[in-house]
Amino acid sequence: MDSVIELNDVVAVLGQFPALAGANLQVSRGEIVLLQGPNGAGKTSILRVCAGLLPIERGSGRVLGIDLVAQRDEVRSRVGLLGHSNGLYLDLTVDQNVRFWASMVNATEEEIVRAMSLMRIDGRLSSVKTARLSAGQRRRCALASLIVRRAEIWLLDEPHAGLDAQGRDELDIVLRNAVFAGATIVLASHEMERASALATRVVTVDGGGVQ
Amino acid sequence: MSSVKSRRTIAVAVARKDLSIEWNSRILTNQVAPFAAIVMVMFAFALDNEGILQRVAPGLMWLATLFSMLIVVQRSFTVESADGALDALRVAGVDTGAIFVGKSLALMVQLFVLEILLLATAVVLYGVEMTAVGLLEAFVTMVVATAGLGCVGTLYGGLAAGAKGRETLLPLLLLPVVAPVLIGATRATEAAFGSGGTAVSEGWPWIGLLAVFAVIFAVAGTVAFGPLVDE
Repeated sequence: MDSVIELNDVVAVLGQFPALAGANLQVSRGEIVLLQGPNGAGKTSILRVCAGLLPIERGSGRVLGIDLVAQRDEVRSRVGLLGHSNGLYLDLTVDQNVRFWASMVNATEEEIVRAMSLMRIDGRLSSVKTARLSAGQRRRCALASLIVRRAEIWLLDEPHAGLDAQGRDELDIVLRNAVFAGATIVLASHEMERASALATRVVTVDGGGVQ
Repeated sequence: MSSVKSRRTIAVAVARKDLSIEWNSRILTNQVAPFAAIVMVMFAFALDNEGILQRVAPGLMWLATLFSMLIVVQRSFTVESADGALDALRVAGVDTGAIFVGKSLALMVQLFVLEILLLATAVVLYGVEMTAVGLLEAFVTMVVATAGLGCVGTLYGGLAAGAKGRETLLPLLLLPVVAPVLIGATRATEAAFGSGGTAVSEGWPWIGLLAVFAVIFAVAGTVAFGPLVDE
């Protein structure tokens, strides 16, 4: 299997603090890789480096063959990051949010409808302002927005957070379907039992490096 | 692979999104416009002389516009940072130049609505009278000044968005930069109003200055907005 993420001795800094201290990671196409580790270990920083959001100070990295140091901007259009925040506009309705993200790419009406139906945010919920939704409903809206973008690599930070049991089961099905359709997933989660069952490989992160 | 659309399509989508947010929240109509009108009324209370008010009406109108603009710009970037949407746009590889153009367009529309309200308030409250040519000149002044304010407001709004104490930092950064717009727009509007016996023809060179300002910040913003929000 070809490697879609390669981090070699990556050092990254957040403000004045080292976020990653020589992290190494290789992810092959079609994998679901779970990053596990304590708070502050560097899981989120790895995801942000892979998304081209956090610059590499030392070391090297490639995502989908694109150099993370020289071509950071090019990586961004090909990955999807769902972090602690959902990336939604709280004064827009659910439907307006998903359609806005769909308008950033050539998403079809069919894709929009399918994504909203899959995440159970169609029907009455679609016309509700995002600010009035529960945390779980917002998460589902954010995932629908990610689905319509058709990202090749999904970088997910605590994707199950805020979802009810049914929502979690449905998310797992969505993630497996995404991998079946050709995507690769790297997720950070504290919900070890559920995330381990989903993952094809578990990687331990601690002290800004991969163990 | 997601296919990123053209800059123009994205700019239109971003502008429509910002205007939809405003339409849904009604902050402009329910809070900013009343604030601008109250500022105009307070000026009238403070000066309390119709002759002076007619003379200084253009300056008061543009000062009220700048104060209101600070609120609209803050709001424009608060909605982006409230749930990490600007980060999400950057991760999505959306052209930051297109984001700048879209947000500037939405800001221009909102400012233009405010300026029409303020012009009407000046006519009613300060007893300003205008000829047809003066009205045309006032309209052109508003269009050109709004273009400059929209661009510079978006650029500095983006700059302050990620900074500590952004609420207080924005006025400190923005007001000195828009001083040329305040001067140019006030002189042009004085000519349009005929304040102090100024001829209408005297306003056009000032409109030229406003156009130069708008072009400079449109170009600078399109180039610099991406690196600024990345920082």
